[in-house]
Amino acid sequence: MRVRKSATLAASALVLALTATACGSDDSNGGSSDGGDSNDTLTIGIKYDQPGLGLQTADGDFTGFDVDIARYVAAELGVEEDDITWRQAQSPERENMIKNGDVDFIVATYSITDQRKEEVSFAGPYFVAAQDLLMRSGESISSNDEIGDLNLCSVSGSTSAQKIQEDIAPDANLQPYGGYSECLTGLENGAVDALTTDNTILAGYAAQDEHQGKFELAGLDLGPEHYGIGIPKDDTELQEKINAALEKMFEDGAWAEAVEKNLGPAGFEVPDAPEITEGK
Amino acid sequence: MFDFLDLQRYDLFGAFWVTAQLAVFSAIGSLILGTILAGMRVSPVPLMRVFGTGYVNIVRNTPLTVIILFTSLGLFQTLGIAMGGDTFTETNFRLAVLGLTAYTAAFVCEALRSGINTVPVGQAEAARALGLSFTQVLRLVVLPQAFRSVVAPLANVLIALTKNTTVAAAIGVAEAALLMKTMIENEAQVFLIGGIFALGFILLTLPTGLLLGWVSKRVAVKR
Repeated sequence: MRVRKSATLAASALVLALTATACGSDDSNGGSSDGGDSNDTLTIGIKYDQPGLGLQTADGDFTGFDVDIARYVAAELGVEEDDITWRQAQSPERENMIKNGDVDFIVATYSITDQRKEEVSFAGPYFVAAQDLLMRSGESISSNDEIGDLNLCSVSGSTSAQKIQEDIAPDANLQPYGGYSECLTGLENGAVDALTTDNTILAGYAAQDEHQGKFELAGLDLGPEHYGIGIPKDDTELQEKINAALEKMFEDGAWAEAVEKNLGPAGFEVPDAPEITEGK
Repeated sequence: MFDFLDLQRYDLFGAFWVTAQLAVFSAIGSLILGTILAGMRVSPVPLMRVFGTGYVNIVRNTPLTVIILFTSLGLFQTLGIAMGGDTFTETNFRLAVLGLTAYTAAFVCEALRSGINTVPVGQAEAARALGLSFTQVLRLVVLPQAFRSVVAPLANVLIALTKNTTVAAAIGVAEAALLMKTMIENEAQVFLIGGIFALGFILLTLPTGLLLGWVSKRVAVKR
């Protein structure tokens, strides 16, 4: 009995020590990365699973429009590409990752909204996406009135799904799924007629090798999404620097090149660069 | 602090109502299917025993998400089984009940089988000696006692089922977890929203557990 008691004590002491050190290292991490550009490393949050925007390839590298934006901004902040640490920023975790200092900034199809601005700040926008439909090639519709007759698919809880249900076509038959891949399966085998979300995301899927030629964008504009770079709240210094980097990227053609490279294969026309509105 | 909680916009009670419906329908379905499976597992027919054992071991060891997604992607999208639903909403709800029933039945079966083992063998033998058939032995002698001794484990299964209904969000059933996703997307308040939904589930499951705990004491077979 005595032995067991002391063993329990030792175990709980060990657990306590471990958790305590874990907290400690977290804190120091957050502290050192707070400055962002003062030291020459950056931790950037991106999507790992969004073709054309932020995707981890089989060999561990990252590709996509968001990634190209992040690389350019990092270079402008004086950080070598090897010194960038990528972190996965899943949609519901983005605010907390910024608040906890896990990342210096987030470039992950992060729409600028008033609710989010209460928690974090943004730089940019670096892109204005529009909600659109992805349909099987040759079947796409040309007017918004026809949306109500379609079997639509989108990701459950997403802004696009909500817009369909609340404004665009409340009577439409909407199938929400946990991810886009289930919708693409449905689109392929005919269970749904259209997948709806931001045209950037749709273009990324349509441009994938295995989907090329099968799907096309309907080209409807169902409402804009302003993608911004998420930064810690009221960090105006970082905001100005990122805004300046984005301005430069718009002007020297690197931005248009990135759009063309990542979204072009789906027939996505390079739009005009957006106007920087955050921090002005 | 709670100004994001706009009940006009977010139908919190409606979402939990769907959760409760999912849980109740699946509970009824899985109790029936689980009882049949348990009967199969103790039956004198080898083929039935093999089927029962096979079902339990396959379904119990398959992740629920896989089962639920299979009902939608496999049964509905590929095989076209819409369960008589006209809209995605109806179809998804029924598919989710089907998936949850199939999954939970395996656990009900095992809980019930452990209850059957608590009934002394002599009782079944005595019933056989009186000339009762296998189904009569099960129905009149063994199962009534077995059920009484497994109310508490079945309460566990039922509570797990209530929480498992959140997986139905994966195929778009508009229950609590899906509303939570929607609210987090709009409101950027992960902890508060998460807390509200956790509380909602506690309010659903805690009374279930307390009630069934009380029932379990009341109906226990005193031996």
